[in-house]
Amino acid sequence: MTLPSLNLLMQSILSGIFIGSLYGLIGLGLGLTWGLLRQINLSHFGLVFLGAYLSYHMATVAHIDPLWGLLILPPFFFVFGAGMQWVLARFAITPFNSLLATFGVTVVIESLIQSIWTADYRRLESDYNDMKFKVGSLFVPIPELITLVLAVGIAVAIWAAMRYTDLGKALRAMAEDAPIAAAFGINQKALSLGLAGMCSALAAIAGVCLALTFTLAPSQIFTWVGVVFAAVMLGGLGSPLGPLFAGILIGVSEAVTMAVASPSWAPIVSFSLLIFMLLLRPGKS
Amino acid sequence: MKKIDRRSLLTATAAGAAALVAPSSFAQGAPIRIGSTLALTGPLSATGLTHKLVGEIYIDQLNARGGLLGRKVEWMVKDDQSKPDLARTLYEQLITADKVDLLMGPYATGAILSAMGVAQRYGKVLVHHTFGIPSLAKYDMHFPAWSLGPTPQTTVPNTVFDALAASPKPPKTIAIVTSKFPSIHFLSLGGRAVAKQRGLQEVLFLEWEFGNRDFGPIAARVKDAKPDLVWIGDIGLEGNMLLDAMKKIDYTPPMNFHLYPAPGPMTKAPEGQGAMSLTIFEEHQPFLGNPGGAQFVKVFNERATQAKLADTSVETQAAASFSAWQILEAGVRGANSLDDKAIAGWLKANRVDTIHGRLRFDGPSNYGDDLMKIKQVQGGKWQVVWPAQFAAPGVKLQVK
Repeated sequence: MTLPSLNLLMQSILSGIFIGSLYGLIGLGLGLTWGLLRQINLSHFGLVFLGAYLSYHMATVAHIDPLWGLLILPPFFFVFGAGMQWVLARFAITPFNSLLATFGVTVVIESLIQSIWTADYRRLESDYNDMKFKVGSLFVPIPELITLVLAVGIAVAIWAAMRYTDLGKALRAMAEDAPIAAAFGINQKALSLGLAGMCSALAAIAGVCLALTFTLAPSQIFTWVGVVFAAVMLGGLGSPLGPLFAGILIGVSEAVTMAVASPSWAPIVSFSLLIFMLLLRPGKS
Repeated sequence: MKKIDRRSLLTATAAGAAALVAPSSFAQGAPIRIGSTLALTGPLSATGLTHKLVGEIYIDQLNARGGLLGRKVEWMVKDDQSKPDLARTLYEQLITADKVDLLMGPYATGAILSAMGVAQRYGKVLVHHTFGIPSLAKYDMHFPAWSLGPTPQTTVPNTVFDALAASPKPPKTIAIVTSKFPSIHFLSLGGRAVAKQRGLQEVLFLEWEFGNRDFGPIAARVKDAKPDLVWIGDIGLEGNMLLDAMKKIDYTPPMNFHLYPAPGPMTKAPEGQGAMSLTIFEEHQPFLGNPGGAQFVKVFNERATQAKLADTSVETQAAASFSAWQILEAGVRGANSLDDKAIAGWLKANRVDTIHGRLRFDGPSNYGDDLMKIKQVQGGKWQVVWPAQFAAPGVKLQVK
């Protein structure tokens, strides 16, 4: 173990915050469907990558600024998510079976991506790639900053909506006890469709952020599953802010480990942290 | 004169008609079936698709030349999903259920090792494309197309440091940062040992797990260490991600060498300019003068564009794949037989001219010479810079 310079440590922490915010943004939609709809939606990862590829396609083929994808893609993903929820509800899929069914959807999405864009690597080259500014001795890249701002803004907005609006209260009531909530006039079916649609729309937004920062390949869909699951479980199922905090905690712990010790220890440290935190707070999620 | 009965006449007429309909280039017999698997899906599929395209091109060209032993050749390729365990099962199927005549290797070290075990069990020749750890290949009827030599952990780093020693500004300090992906880690550790022997001062050594996403802290540590040379033991996109992370903290390494980067993305990224790597073939002379070189490059460029591959140029993977098919063809023609022992015997006793040079299989573990060269991204494309006799016309190693 070496003692890093303060600048190295701060730059690494910043890097951890940025990657953690992407974990949180991807985990937000996953955690909400898991906690409120009791569905472990693995296709969320496929949708994130589909959003990323569509964003890449719009930028490279249609020459549309990638940030327009944040407005263009979510409505289409909303419709897809609501449609998938309708199918899952129609066949009364259990939480465990939802894992299997949505895994199948992910494989279909992966194959679809591969058939359209091939298995080769795709990189969204845009003006944002080179944009950065300096705060003191620290460099702040713009694409990662956009991801952080979106992740924090969306998580806080959803948290506020769930806490202070009737719609949010209805969602929480539905998750707590669906039959009683229905007795009080809450339309469970409509709310479920809306929530599933919103979570898919969040996947599109996360996809745009992913494409801004990472080179894409269809097979990488599954490499994000472990760490995002960890962020969701650590942050609490159905919590809008939890996955963001947990994602940043994981990102920063990995980054600090890489800065002071061997980078190959990073996953060990982050997953040990997950186990430790879950042991400390049993029954919370 | 013997009288011809009606049955004989009908049989002879039918045979004559069939002979007229059949392609004239194939004299007789059922097609020769060659079986293999490739990583057509999964994490290795980007490269697996290159091997598939090369195989299709080769089989087309081979059949256009009249096939093998006067028979048409068919290639049966199955998707091993980038999983070595599945590759093992599929090779069993190819031999026992599909009853293929010959085998061609899969892509990537793990899958090749799996296929080698099956080939050994059934006494089949296995020619393969890009196997990264020669000492693990114990089977006496395996034939490597990727000419690493028997001890690449020593010979490859020496080639790298020879190239840099001959440059206008030889490095004095080195940072070695590497993935723990097996065949990468193996060569990086070799590079570390050779660097020490040659007197380079190691200022940083870091390892990361394959699949790492955040390269920011690693980039910051390299920047702090201020090395003359960064040896990056990368595979696929890792090198691009590290260079991207370096760019974000306003750092450009004076010299950066990469083991197995994804070739296309490195040439397209502005920060990839000046990056060095290994190769056995690039799209310039003298390689285009090798047997089949120029023609293959032309056809591959066209077919890769049609297949919508992001990178349509021929480099190590495509060249090793094409060479593997050349080796198999040479073995069958040399032995004039489909008998595996006869093919193996011929290959061990003879040399094969391939797209990337003349190969021999009479060294340790059937490996011959290390034919690796050093290439560098210059002007947005890979160009060989070392050894000098293989350098692209007018091109030299550029250092900052």
